[in-house]
Amino acid sequence: MSGHSELTTGPLEYRSHEDRMTVLGFWLFLGAEIALFATLFATYAVLFGRTADAPAPQELFEMPMALTMTFLLLTSSFTCGIAIHEMRRGSLKGLLTWLIITLALGLGFLGFEIYEFVHYAHEGATLQSSAYWSSFFVLTGTHGAHVTLGICWAVLLIIQLKKRGLNQMTARKTFVLGLYWHFLDVIWIFLFTSVYLIGMVV
Amino acid sequence: MDFLLNEFLVTGDPLIYGAMVSIVLVSIAIVFVLTYFRKWGYLWREWLTTVDHKKIGIMYIIAAIAMLFRGGVDAMLMRAQLTLPNTEFLNSQHYNEIFTTHGTIMIIFMAMPFLIGLMNFVVPLQIGARDVAFPFLNAVSFWSFAFGAMLFNLSFVIGGSPDAGWTNYAPLAGPNLNPGPNINYYLLGLQISGIGTLATGINFMVTILKMRAPGMKLMRMPIFTWSSLITSFIITFAFPILTVALALMTIDRIFGSQFFTLTGEGMPMMWANLFWLWGHPEVYIVILPAFGIFSEVISTFARKQLFGYKAMVWSMLIIAGLSFLVWVHHFFTMGAGAGVNSVFSVTTMLISVPTGVKIFNWLGTMYKGKIRFDTPMLWSIGFIPCFVLGGVTGVMLAMAAADYQYHNTYFLVAHFHNVLIAGTVFGCFAGLTFWYPKMFGHKMNEKLGKISFWFFVIGFNVCFLPMYFLGFMGMPRRTYSIEPEWMPLNVISTIGAVLMAVGFLVFVYNIYYSFRYSEREKTGDTWDGRALEWATTTPVPFYNFATVPEITGPEAFWKMKQEGGTTYDKENLEPIHMPSDSGVPFIMSAFMFVAGFGLVWEWMFMAIAGLIGILACMVVRSFDYDHGFHVSVEEIKETEEKAREGEK
Repeated sequence: MSGHSELTTGPLEYRSHEDRMTVLGFWLFLGAEIALFATLFATYAVLFGRTADAPAPQELFEMPMALTMTFLLLTSSFTCGIAIHEMRRGSLKGLLTWLIITLALGLGFLGFEIYEFVHYAHEGATLQSSAYWSSFFVLTGTHGAHVTLGICWAVLLIIQLKKRGLNQMTARKTFVLGLYWHFLDVIWIFLFTSVYLIGMVV
Repeated sequence: MDFLLNEFLVTGDPLIYGAMVSIVLVSIAIVFVLTYFRKWGYLWREWLTTVDHKKIGIMYIIAAIAMLFRGGVDAMLMRAQLTLPNTEFLNSQHYNEIFTTHGTIMIIFMAMPFLIGLMNFVVPLQIGARDVAFPFLNAVSFWSFAFGAMLFNLSFVIGGSPDAGWTNYAPLAGPNLNPGPNINYYLLGLQISGIGTLATGINFMVTILKMRAPGMKLMRMPIFTWSSLITSFIITFAFPILTVALALMTIDRIFGSQFFTLTGEGMPMMWANLFWLWGHPEVYIVILPAFGIFSEVISTFARKQLFGYKAMVWSMLIIAGLSFLVWVHHFFTMGAGAGVNSVFSVTTMLISVPTGVKIFNWLGTMYKGKIRFDTPMLWSIGFIPCFVLGGVTGVMLAMAAADYQYHNTYFLVAHFHNVLIAGTVFGCFAGLTFWYPKMFGHKMNEKLGKISFWFFVIGFNVCFLPMYFLGFMGMPRRTYSIEPEWMPLNVISTIGAVLMAVGFLVFVYNIYYSFRYSEREKTGDTWDGRALEWATTTPVPFYNFATVPEITGPEAFWKMKQEGGTTYDKENLEPIHMPSDSGVPFIMSAFMFVAGFGLVWEWMFMAIAGLIGILACMVVRSFDYDHGFHVSVEEIKETEEKAREGEK
């Protein structure tokens, strides 16, 4: 069949036809994820300003916190890139090290997000308080849930990498995880600008 | 006990008691038959754990026919209620539930699975592939659909059916006006099956883009494969919107958020927008594969190459693009203003252009063809005038100013049944009778097929034509009792519905009759076909093709027949790699059902338990490094020699 040939050179994760299909399938999945987040962003935009009796976003959003979260997640995307680079070089140790650093940064981000949510709840802004806050918590919460899932996924992969070492299968899985992680980073950039920056000034 | 009788089980209606008894009896009968004939192992090994696209396709179709029956019974109950004025056969609540389940089941659990079933069976065969790109995921798709459908159907006897229409508009469907589990069934049932549909979309896009036989360029693909590719594209980008809309309303109902509420500055019309942002592309998800089927059937039975192949492909692409740009026409009366309404009015009318192109191409294909009138062709020819009628009334509805008159009347009801039944349902019947020999090794009986066709198509027109006039007379949609002046036309409509029911029953009886008495197929090429699915033997071996031929032009099999060519090239046999069966998709989807049921009743312990089960299945899958197995050359030879005996 066309392109069914197994390659012997090139990146490990692209050598078999099955792996190439998986990577394409994952890209399409990310396309669907974009549609999903676009819908949530649109909902947020429509419900913007509908805070009812709850506090307005500019009263609660704090630049240092949002910046720290941005810094943590963007750095984690960079370290994830290094991890894939190490994988391409064939260094399992490098890959594992940078993956663990990525995870630590991701966990840091998550910690801040949870703190942020709890803080807002104390100030009287919860999922139930108004349409605006519902859309805020669901939009950022969906992103946070994706990060959580990514962390769990990475932990499973680290176990598999330790057990089986680097081969076509584990390389493909790691590469796909990398795509997912970068995607979450891209979503966060939109969140940071359209939720936090705009929310602070409008 | 009090909870059990007053809330958990639906009580007090003899119709529902009857249904409960029949559900229990049928379940006992199934268990008894399986046990008596010792078929549990067979069922598990051959069907519940299969990842074979052909078996999954057949299971989809069986489920869809069962759902067609259920949705059809709903329809007959509605017709019974609406025949005479002031009937007390159903009360208003029961009527609301029935039109809701009718719509939801017909679209989500009948039309889509029927077409996806045909896609599953046919597409890999048409492109010369051994299976879909992700066979495991394909099984997840099927089982999540099956369990989602089961959850939705359960509402009927446990907890009460959803009653806010298949569009489920807020705030009527919100927690204040509609507390209790009923709407939750709608939300969770659709959510679970929607996950499977999204996976199908991705799966088929990759399959078609990456697994075609050597030499089969995109513009050499059979037209049904093209329609499946475009449908998969729409699915992938439309279903996430539904996922979000359902999730938001679920959170509204269960966790008290304020998206679609009237308190807390929520926006009920947000729901209508999100729903139709998915809902309109959904309409094309169920019509485009049907268009593909008609194209295949008309070309085969007119014994001509499809007229205007490229125009067909481009029309479908344009329809797919436009399908995302017309959603507001479902609520022109919302009051978005003249400017907005005009834009959506124009985009809606634009869709009729590529659709019209397709109609003329079908006519062009038949022009000067030596047409054979077998049952699949009858369905396809019947489709054209009936569908055009629906299309023309669609353009009438597209005129925003005039729509204020038609909105939510029986004119609309008649319109969308005219396109959905003449398009999708005729398409499903045409496709099933067309590919039936490939699936089961024998044709459906022609005589019975023609009887069912004529009953159905005449009944269809008798049923829905009067509804246009009822709409003009002011009969509103979703009304549970009629005024005396609407009676004559309603009586005619009900007679039509009965004729359709007879047609359906004859169709189903035909399945049984053909299984018993039809002549078995001796070759793989039943209809003198043109695409690659007819090149392999009947019944199709589990690996589909012993060898995959090189494709040199359009209509691959037609060319092979003229120039000589085979899917069993003895010299070039190689071991074939096939995926292993797995029980995980079934178990995982069963956990989705548990989680869904927990959320429906807001029993969080059960929802969490189900969720943990789903995650555990994912972990199991992640650690599974099963690469599948290879079919040896000897086994291929043996299978092929046996299957090809009759050809000599």
